[in-house]
Amino acid sequence: MGEFEVHRVRFFGLVPAGVRCMAYQHNGRRLALARTDGAVEVYNFAANYYMEKAIPGHQTRSVEALCWAAGERLFGAGLSGDITEYDLERLRPARAVDGFGGPIWSMAANNDGTRLAIGCEDGSVKLFQVVPGGGVQFEKNLDRQKGRVLCLSWHPSGTHLAAGSIDFIRVLDVHSGRTAQRIMVNCHVPKSKKRECVVWSIAFLSSGTVISSDSFGRVQFWDWERGTLQDSHTVSSSAALSLAVSEKEDSIVVGTSAGATYQFQLLPVKAGGQEKRWVRTKPFQHHTHDVRAVVHTPTALISGGLDAQLVIRPLMEKVQKKGYDAALRKFTLPHRRLVSCARKARLLLFQFSQHLELWRLGSTNKTGKDGETLPLSRMPEHLLQLKSKGPEHIYCSCVSPCGSWIAYSTASRFHLYRVQHEGDSISVKKVPGVPKLLLPAYQLQCASDSGRLFIASDRGSVHVVQLLEPGGCKHLHTLRPPAGTREAVYLLASSADGNWLAAVSGDWEVHVYSLKHFKHHCTVPTYSCAVTALAIHPTTNNLFISYSDQQLFEFSIPEKQYTAWSRAVQNSGLHKLWLERDSPITHIAFNPKNTSQVLLHDVYMLCVLDKSLPCPQPLPDDSAVLVNQSTLKQLSEPARRRQLHAFKICKKFQPLLFADLLDERCLVTVERPALDISAQLPPPVQQKKFGT
Amino acid sequence: MVAPAALRVVRCGGRAMHGARAVFSVGARFLLCASGDFVKMYSVATEELVQLLRGHSDLVTGVQLAPHNRLQLYSSSLDGTIKLWDFTDGILIKTFTVGYQLLALYALPSSEDSVFVIIPKSGERDTFQLVSVKLTKAAGQDMEAKELSVVLEGVDASPKCTAFGREGEYVASVKDVNLQVYFFKQKQLNRFSLRATNKKGGNNVFTCVACHPQEDCIATGHADGKIRLWRNFNHKKEYTFSTLHWHHDKVLDLAFSLEGTSLLSGGVESVLVQWHCGSDCKRDFLPRLGSAIEYVSISSDGTFYCTSHTDNRITIINSNLRFSKTIQGLIKARDVKTGLVVDPRTKALVLNGEPGHLQFYCLQSDKQLYSLDIVQQEYIHQAGLNQSDLVRVAFSAQGKWLATVEEREETDLELQLKLWFFDEETQSFKLNTRISMPHEDHITAMCFRDTDEMEDDSLMLVTTGRDCVFKVWVILEDTDPEAQQSLSWSCDFVGSYHSYQATNCCFSEDGSLLAVSFEETVTVWDSSTWDLKCTFCHPPGKIRFMCT
Repeated sequence: MGEFEVHRVRFFGLVPAGVRCMAYQHNGRRLALARTDGAVEVYNFAANYYMEKAIPGHQTRSVEALCWAAGERLFGAGLSGDITEYDLERLRPARAVDGFGGPIWSMAANNDGTRLAIGCEDGSVKLFQVVPGGGVQFEKNLDRQKGRVLCLSWHPSGTHLAAGSIDFIRVLDVHSGRTAQRIMVNCHVPKSKKRECVVWSIAFLSSGTVISSDSFGRVQFWDWERGTLQDSHTVSSSAALSLAVSEKEDSIVVGTSAGATYQFQLLPVKAGGQEKRWVRTKPFQHHTHDVRAVVHTPTALISGGLDAQLVIRPLMEKVQKKGYDAALRKFTLPHRRLVSCARKARLLLFQFSQHLELWRLGSTNKTGKDGETLPLSRMPEHLLQLKSKGPEHIYCSCVSPCGSWIAYSTASRFHLYRVQHEGDSISVKKVPGVPKLLLPAYQLQCASDSGRLFIASDRGSVHVVQLLEPGGCKHLHTLRPPAGTREAVYLLASSADGNWLAAVSGDWEVHVYSLKHFKHHCTVPTYSCAVTALAIHPTTNNLFISYSDQQLFEFSIPEKQYTAWSRAVQNSGLHKLWLERDSPITHIAFNPKNTSQVLLHDVYMLCVLDKSLPCPQPLPDDSAVLVNQSTLKQLSEPARRRQLHAFKICKKFQPLLFADLLDERCLVTVERPALDISAQLPPPVQQKKFGT
Repeated sequence: MVAPAALRVVRCGGRAMHGARAVFSVGARFLLCASGDFVKMYSVATEELVQLLRGHSDLVTGVQLAPHNRLQLYSSSLDGTIKLWDFTDGILIKTFTVGYQLLALYALPSSEDSVFVIIPKSGERDTFQLVSVKLTKAAGQDMEAKELSVVLEGVDASPKCTAFGREGEYVASVKDVNLQVYFFKQKQLNRFSLRATNKKGGNNVFTCVACHPQEDCIATGHADGKIRLWRNFNHKKEYTFSTLHWHHDKVLDLAFSLEGTSLLSGGVESVLVQWHCGSDCKRDFLPRLGSAIEYVSISSDGTFYCTSHTDNRITIINSNLRFSKTIQGLIKARDVKTGLVVDPRTKALVLNGEPGHLQFYCLQSDKQLYSLDIVQQEYIHQAGLNQSDLVRVAFSAQGKWLATVEEREETDLELQLKLWFFDEETQSFKLNTRISMPHEDHITAMCFRDTDEMEDDSLMLVTTGRDCVFKVWVILEDTDPEAQQSLSWSCDFVGSYHSYQATNCCFSEDGSLLAVSFEETVTVWDSSTWDLKCTFCHPPGKIRFMCT
């Protein structure tokens, strides 16, 4: 694939925020996930677990509970005391209603999604009606007892609510609002040893069993009507934090603060007998820290921890055939591009949740052989740190190719800076009079001549702003899709000649606009999967699109149709190993000197796709391996020629946040080693291990 | 003159008692275990041998109470017969000849007239099958039992690797990494297999299996020390298991308690572990059981547990995990370096026992009298570790003194000569003198001067070594009144002959002369003056043994 001088960047100190809570929507197969910094993400399981939506966090808006209600509406509640409905089309909190009960610790929606119950700091449980069309309305207060309500669960029939507090569980009658049962979880412990027992999570089964997990590491099964303990399992010496029940109520999953998750199954005691018992079956240790949220889907156990990992562990016995859904999946890094690169100026802009960092790449004057590490003549330099003002987190950012413009947007503000390089010193000036646009911006993209800035906005629109020397800007035009859409644009690509702009909105439509006439040019035929990255080839003006099901398409913009190569690839199909990769491609770049080479990368690999070579044929027996470069190098010459294929894969750089070609000989990769992330996390719960 | 009869060997004891799981009689009064060709019945209360059931002509491999008459016992043997005994009276009732080597025996209450045995598959080496044998009820002592029907193919030969489930509904058998479960009523065979090794380097090979007495639950032990509890195994796909892990090495046997509420497991750690309710967190231990646990069994009323150990010992344990009784047979040491020595006092046979111990074994009662810890160091169960071992033992004429030599070979040799004094008060040997490095090289022989007088000052010990010297050790009386003991041993004379290696030594009957052999030469020394009296040369080869 040719040799590259690689800038191996490891100074992007990104620490993803831990997972706080999750909610799964069974019909749409979507998982909503809230992080400790208040960010909310939606993963679409139908589109290969792609992170479809991301709503950046807010300093004062923590999310303690999430739930889906009334179909596809997402609600969150947190310590600010508000119930927030999220606008998943415009990717921002839409409405907030004060719960008037202090910080909200828990929230649950009933089975038909018409009512929300919240558990508050002051011990009250309040019911809210989900208003069709938007918002929630206070309905009534249930019986209040002292002690914060940490967890809530509805009986599937909707007549009763179970609420877990410190040291006790209450079952509330929804109709009368009275406490129907109060269970002390700690009554078996002798008084002298009594410690506070926090009921962290609770589940109410239709059979009338209440399952609780508590800070003593116990999972307990209660008969709510009699208030008696049916079964108790100690799963951990530290707390059992989270609990989720399958839809059929025959399996539960428990997450503990030691990072382990356990599955319990309701199994018949004797084959064919009626008597069934909950048995702890499988333990999984995928996390290093607290597992704060678990979800049980029909085919998988999903857990999210404070180590920022989202783990999807399929249940082998429920998966029909081996394939994409049968593999264990771990997501730590977001499926978004947080790095932008000024190719000409050799600058990298890193986006953190509340600030930006501008770095100049190091350089070397030595040359070496393949695999050698070259000594640096100039060290990489941290040029600039831009702190965003206010509590809002950054949605998107970009640096222009010449390196003299930096733009970023938060939920309510858009900032544009002019960066002046004078020798080694650098000065930043805020550009005054930025046009008042509809905010937030979801994606920013600079034209390759740094003359224009494209701002992705909601309802499918893209604003074109002209950047003026020495530090000004002018709104030129707003591009809108002809048919209109409610979804926001989340990806942009502009052509090198400045004539074309491609924009992807949340409904996965790819629109191409002509920038010469500010006119809609064409729409790429719709495909049933989310677009993860796209780019326009600098010479041929072909639009290269990668989808979350790992398919690759090439669309000729001038001819308004798929190219011959793209059709050939679709006819023969891609290799199985390529299709079964875990993570989506997040960036596409082109080799300016070799028109047939395309650079793609995901978290675990970097691939140079050479369109002039044949694609590896998917053999009927699937035995063919997708040989990567390091193994190819060891093969003999004829074998290598036989194995030669278009996908030149390099797995040397992992986990990869960003990779781009600076020029035809120079590659920059941004890695974030998992060890560096875990080093920044607090120490995990001490566990004794045999032999240590 | 009487013509010499053909030499007849009678095996009278010392056979391994861990050939099969021991069985408690009803009421847990007696414990029945296979020992060599015999079945031995011990009293649980007194640990005495009550009955010896002899009749098999080869190793007994299985002992099971008859399911419908609890005063009768089935035993199977490699000689191809199943025998039915009335064990309280020690009477052989019936012999069923099967005609194959029988490797394990299972008798179930649900199958009235048949038992299950493991036999080698004819025509194939090292493959075994589980078959049911129909036992005819006709009168007569000797029966042919030829009605065999195969239940499972390809089972492991070990009786631990097959177990019958609740009420005989199913049978579970493990081999390598495969578990197979056969349901008798449904005639359904389910196979489950594990990967041979997992990602963390565990070894998933099955070692043993046990079935829950009342629920559909199978416990399997694994080579990496894990115990898996399988459930829902009547489904081929939706089966599930949970894991219990405490053992660090092979789980050697498993047993469920009577109600199935707890599970007992044992392994090479020589710790009996009791797991409660299938939970990983709740467990009790009975540690320091001496050696690896080979079998675990439970009495039918659940009051006693019994563990059979690799060192030929049976331990009876109360159900509250309190050590109760032990029955110790002859320990088969890895290497009997001391040879066979007779203790003059008890007439017991003395030889290497547990590592670092000297065992006193009574030939008459086939029991170990006691075990003397010579090395007095913790033995570490780990392969490839050089640990101190006992190599030489000698008793004085009346058994009042005992001399032992232990050695440890690392990069250089460590030797210790210990002299033990028999304490009449405690009736055991007490360490008197410890001499480190008595010789520069291995000690080849050792003997006391056997004089009839009881005085200590005439007592003398001679050791010969490969460092070409022999040394004479005598008792010195300590004059210091504050010394803890008045007697101690020290070296009196060092003799050598042309720098040949000293190989054997021997005193004359009256103790006046000492003969020491140096390779091919015998030298005779005056024991009072230590003059070399004469030498005899014995050219054809090195002298191996010498006696008066």
